[in-house]
Amino acid sequence: MAQPLSRLKETPSQTAGPYVHIGATPNFAGIGAVYPSDLGSLPVSPKTQGERIILTGQVFDGAGVPLRDALIEIWQADANGLHAGHGEHRGVADEYFNGWMRQPVDGTTGLYRFETIKPGQVPFADGRMMAPHVSFWIVARGINVGLHTRLYFGDEEPANAADPLLARIELRHRVATLIAARGEQGDVPCYRFDIHLQGDNETVFLDI
Amino acid sequence: MRNSAAPNHEGAFYQRDRSWHPPAFTPDYKTSLLRSPRQALLALGNTLSEMTAPVFGHDAIGALDNDLIRNFATSGDPVGPRIIVHGRVLDEDARPVPGTLLEFWQANAGGRYRHQKESYLAALDPNFGGCGRTLTDEQGSYWFRTIKPGPYPWPNGVNDWRPAHIHVSVFGHAFAQRLITQMYFEGDTMIWQCPIVRGIPRRAAVEQLIAPLDRAASLPMDALAYKFDIVLRGRRSTMFENRMEGN
Repeated sequence: MAQPLSRLKETPSQTAGPYVHIGATPNFAGIGAVYPSDLGSLPVSPKTQGERIILTGQVFDGAGVPLRDALIEIWQADANGLHAGHGEHRGVADEYFNGWMRQPVDGTTGLYRFETIKPGQVPFADGRMMAPHVSFWIVARGINVGLHTRLYFGDEEPANAADPLLARIELRHRVATLIAARGEQGDVPCYRFDIHLQGDNETVFLDI
Repeated sequence: MRNSAAPNHEGAFYQRDRSWHPPAFTPDYKTSLLRSPRQALLALGNTLSEMTAPVFGHDAIGALDNDLIRNFATSGDPVGPRIIVHGRVLDEDARPVPGTLLEFWQANAGGRYRHQKESYLAALDPNFGGCGRTLTDEQGSYWFRTIKPGPYPWPNGVNDWRPAHIHVSVFGHAFAQRLITQMYFEGDTMIWQCPIVRGIPRRAAVEQLIAPLDRAASLPMDALAYKFDIVLRGRRSTMFENRMEGN
């Protein structure tokens, strides 16, 4: 017998379930008396640096039906590529940007919508720069372990072409599942990022 | 003071042991059929996008946020057994995870959620909202007060029931540590009948979700206590990593 490593095991995940809104977005769920606002729901401050953008889309199941009960969290760098929270040692991020947002998809249409800023570039582990991206985390009833993926920007073609993560995707036609097409809403760039949990267009999900 | 030669545990996270978690596709939990990715996940060494996470301070937390008995009540206390849930948030190397946000949600004592999609006949409790949150202290410890939730039926099989449980969301110190799970109660035989629980392949992993009754921490004539420790992913020391200059 060797010595025991004595490492603990990660607590197993369980689905967020159909009532995740009670815990994460109680005001959205109609429980208005407990928290002043839903965490992660506040808009970007007028003082935040960076280009204002909108991220929107739907989460589709394997039958092509949009989920109407999903919850999405996003995490991203500020306009200069710095993160606002734990683990950032390269510099101080924009004090007016938290970098994290959370929204339920619409209970009727299944659309989500984030009004945020375009992130700067963040280095890969080997120092090469990654293309600008926003990390997504999707939970819902029927999803046993929260799903990680990334949104890349359709108007960043040269940076996307050099991105180390996108380069790792063997089936090249699947790269497109991570790239959000640019449109406009008013005069604000609006990127459409649909997430497909299953099927021919299944989104590339990450084991990070 | 930290010895300069001591490892700094801010390296990449240990690979997640997916065999310890439920797989995406668990057919006895019917909703997972159409919501489970079928392609392999893309394995990615951590980058700064996964090794960073938002900070939530005490200014984000209200005084009653960890008291589900009082944070919604208007005309008295909610009905049900009063309990305290406490424990620590640790990483896989048993290091405490301080200052991390925990969120909780649950049904009331009758097993009814305060949610428009809930269809169970059990009554709503006018004094129970069902959500709470708290931050861990410097030792990674947390506690909250609530009433013990009831079991409830759900539309899966014709007669499936969930064991009593509390949903728990943990942020950790990195997006790679983000976790949502459910806490069950020691002694509940319904745990082992639940299709959601049974998606977890190993018995020892299920047992990690069962909070023991903690009589020592119980308050006389007031509340029973349950202890629920949570383990987030651990990480390597940067001492073991070849990091590029400036990275």
